[in-house]
Amino acid sequence: MSAAPPPLSVRQLTVAYGERPAVWDVSWDAPPGLTAIVGPNGAGKSTLLKATLGLVPALSGEVRFFGRPLAEVRDRVGYLPQRASVDWDFPATALDVVAMARYPRMRWWGPIPRRHREAARDALAQVGLADLAGRQIGMLSGGQQQRVFLARALAQDADLVLMDEPFAAVDAATEEAIVQVLRDLAASGRHVVAVHHDLGTVPAYFGSVLLLNTRVFAAGPVARAFSAAAIAQTYGARLPVLEQALLSGAEGGGG
Amino acid sequence: MLIPYNTLVVLLGCALLGVAAGTVGTFALLRGRALVADAIGHAALPGVALAALVVGAVGADPRSLPPLLAGAALAGLLGVLAVQALSRTGRIREDAAIAVVLSAFYAAGVALLSWLQTRPGAAQAGLSKFILGQAAAMRAEDAIIAAAVAGACLLVVLLAFQALRAASFDPDFARVQGLAVGRVDLLLLGLLVVVCVAGLQAVGLILVVALLVLPAATARLLTHRLPRMLAIAAAVGAVAGAGGAMASAWRPEVPTGAAVVLAAAAMFSLALLFSPGRGLLARGAIRLRRRLSADTDHFLRAAWEAQEAAGAGPGTAGDRWASIESVAATRGWTPGRARRLARWLALRGLVACAQGHVHLTPLGATAARRAVRAHRVVEHHLLAAGAADIASADRLADLVEHGLPAEMAARLLPEPSALPDSPHALGKGTP
Amino acid sequence: MTLQDLLMLDLPPLLAALLAGGTCGLLGSFLVLRRESLVGDALAHAVLPGIILGFAVTGVASGLPMLAGAMLAGLAAVGLIAVVQKAARLDPGAAIGAVFTTFFAVGLVLIEVTGARSVDLDLDCVLFGQLETLVWTEGRSLAALVDPAALAALPRQLGLMAGVAVAVGLTVAALWRPLKLICFDPGYAAALGLPSRGLEIGLAMMVAAAAVAAFQAVGSILVVAMLVCPAAALRLMTDDYRTQVLGGAALGAALGGVGYALAGPVPAALGIGVALNAAGVIGTLGGLAVAAAALARRRASVTPRPAEPALPGSAPGSA
Repeated sequence: MSAAPPPLSVRQLTVAYGERPAVWDVSWDAPPGLTAIVGPNGAGKSTLLKATLGLVPALSGEVRFFGRPLAEVRDRVGYLPQRASVDWDFPATALDVVAMARYPRMRWWGPIPRRHREAARDALAQVGLADLAGRQIGMLSGGQQQRVFLARALAQDADLVLMDEPFAAVDAATEEAIVQVLRDLAASGRHVVAVHHDLGTVPAYFGSVLLLNTRVFAAGPVARAFSAAAIAQTYGARLPVLEQALLSGAEGGGG
Repeated sequence: MLIPYNTLVVLLGCALLGVAAGTVGTFALLRGRALVADAIGHAALPGVALAALVVGAVGADPRSLPPLLAGAALAGLLGVLAVQALSRTGRIREDAAIAVVLSAFYAAGVALLSWLQTRPGAAQAGLSKFILGQAAAMRAEDAIIAAAVAGACLLVVLLAFQALRAASFDPDFARVQGLAVGRVDLLLLGLLVVVCVAGLQAVGLILVVALLVLPAATARLLTHRLPRMLAIAAAVGAVAGAGGAMASAWRPEVPTGAAVVLAAAAMFSLALLFSPGRGLLARGAIRLRRRLSADTDHFLRAAWEAQEAAGAGPGTAGDRWASIESVAATRGWTPGRARRLARWLALRGLVACAQGHVHLTPLGATAARRAVRAHRVVEHHLLAAGAADIASADRLADLVEHGLPAEMAARLLPEPSALPDSPHALGKGTP
Repeated sequence: MTLQDLLMLDLPPLLAALLAGGTCGLLGSFLVLRRESLVGDALAHAVLPGIILGFAVTGVASGLPMLAGAMLAGLAAVGLIAVVQKAARLDPGAAIGAVFTTFFAVGLVLIEVTGARSVDLDLDCVLFGQLETLVWTEGRSLAALVDPAALAALPRQLGLMAGVAVAVGLTVAALWRPLKLICFDPGYAAALGLPSRGLEIGLAMMVAAAAVAAFQAVGSILVVAMLVCPAAALRLMTDDYRTQVLGGAALGAALGGVGYALAGPVPAALGIGVALNAAGVIGTLGGLAVAAAALARRRASVTPRPAEPALPGSAPGSA
């Protein structure tokens, strides 16, 4: 099965906001299993994730999921946005929100078919919120809200789930729940690529890692790529690529 | 032509009103409160109608302006309070609160007006001129009242200038500095109410918001500095106000408010198109120039490297012909795009063009050499930085050199005379 | 008041108020939920030049050209707001204020310049609406209600309103779930591959069409009340999406009907010699509905929100 295409493959992806590059010439294959994208603030981690989904436009580069363009395999790719900037007063229950994951698979009108409703309920149960299905989302605690959105990503029933900072500002119970979900996903042969901010928990939660600071600094299994040297380099390299070029130029390096 | 005294006074009054609206509007815009003025304006209608009712009931002169304006101001204040009360529910955001208040108050005004119409005494006579403004119907004393109110507003703005500036630029910092931002906000709301009320007769309550927003937005397009922004907004407001009054004197059937707005909108459109920094044309031109210069560099470099690859040594490659098609293939351009570029470069004397081939002129060879050198220096730097492999260094260098600020490019590209070798093989397409 | 009066004089305006209120109330929820109430305000004003031009071309106050012109004007206004916002780096409110006032002013001048001013369309119609001028000349008896020839003599504006109401209702029903998603989480809609940009434009076009239809009844300004007030009141009363949207439509229609009745027919029936502008009464009722809902909510919410309960199983499978 070594010939199977990687769940996510990025080639020479460059994204810039205005004149400032956020992601610079990233080429990377996500390995199977659980992968963390790690790097300092402003390193372009979320941008990389959003660019792969086409949510921010890329200057150049190519993205493949399971060896195919996104449009062909959209139903195999789930997404958990950064702790959502939604209107928490919105008239929707937890179950409503989770069911949104199934919208592409149903008619655009009429009642929600039973099997999709069941799938949404299962996803809610998986994150431990089965009892709160009918509650308006604003009445949930912050951690519960985050779990509702995790359930929504699960309900997409995708083979690869992209998560943007799933652990940001959550309580211990929610962190526990998310970790359990990650393990369940891995156990059932799914893949996860998560933007992660807590270096300390990377080895415990993830199998592989991508060290990113605008460009790729290291990638691979945690045991190999997640070295102190690579981390220091990633987090030390706050200077953009150009400044680095200047520095090495001043040192007289030429080739 | 001798302008009648009455018209002259009205003209000047409207101009002063524009000045006040421009300055107050600038602060409202910076504080993100511009559309509250829309709610205030609309909310004034029931106030005007009720004031007319009271004035009629006590038998005073129904054409007297001050009571009507006082009613408008009260209702406007009430409108602001209603917006804040609705926003405080947490469920209704400020945008919806503004929409609810402006439409509901206006509706109440409309209902009141229709009721007044059925009453004897015709207290409502001429009230509808407050809706869209009718400067031509203003008497000199009305204009003087409006001008006095506007002048007072202006004075308050000047006195409170520092506080307003601090509160609108960085409210959090101002708060830390000990400024009572809440009170400054209240002052600003008060000023908005006063300007709206002063503008009722000349501009009308529906469009008075434009006199606050458009001059400020125009100024915003033209400058970043607050004193200059205030001056420009005041000037635009004055021209719009006076222009509206003149239009009204010339054709009384056109609502003055519409004329004022169109005058201001014309100036805003000019600024939007032609502003040197933020204008659409300037930005389009910059984008076009940047793209053209990048294309020029790419074309010249491709022509140069085609010759280098054909055996002419670096620095001497100026004498052979390169086919436009091969240049297009190297750059990944369509042949048509490459041909158009070749014609453009020929026009500028950088290449000679014949039978689908180009030949660098001495001028073009110099430019091409500069472009090649710049590109290779960046390439080498990128490789040295370890950021990229050879294949992507070429492509990245393109991105870097054409998005580079001038002073950084100068630091990156000092003036050695030697032309570095390309780090990668030259020829058709990228390796 | 005779049956004939009722049919000839009261039925057409009542129908118009119901249709306009229902259509606007239905769309208002989407605007309020997307925090775009002021875009609704802007569209209601900005369609005026389109209406005037469409009217000037055909000379009829109900034609499709008028609808087309208004939708074009609405599209232009929405596009221009985006351009101005980006170029001038204005906050959305200011960009909206700059654009819609300009469009509205152009419309006002066009009324004078094109000579569109007529019995059907003048400043009073723009500012105050003209519900009262809708009459059914053939409505002499109940039999007229089933007589095609008599029905054809119903005011033409009613045809336009009914058409828009049906079209908007069907579109909202057909796009029920995508609309919900672009109201709640547009970014996620895009991630799922839904055409969120197209849906947003479609929503704006529906609002423009509704604004034209309602313009016939209540004028430019009071359209805003019909769009926003029912939805805002429902926002204060319900946490259910379906209730919010459908309830908005129902409340809008109810406000329209009750408002019209209170303005003229009811006082007349009671023998009170007061006749108010119907559009004004409808808008005032809208505001009162929101105020009442806000007061009721404040009374109800004296009890605090439930804190997070310690649920069994909320921390699953700790290893």
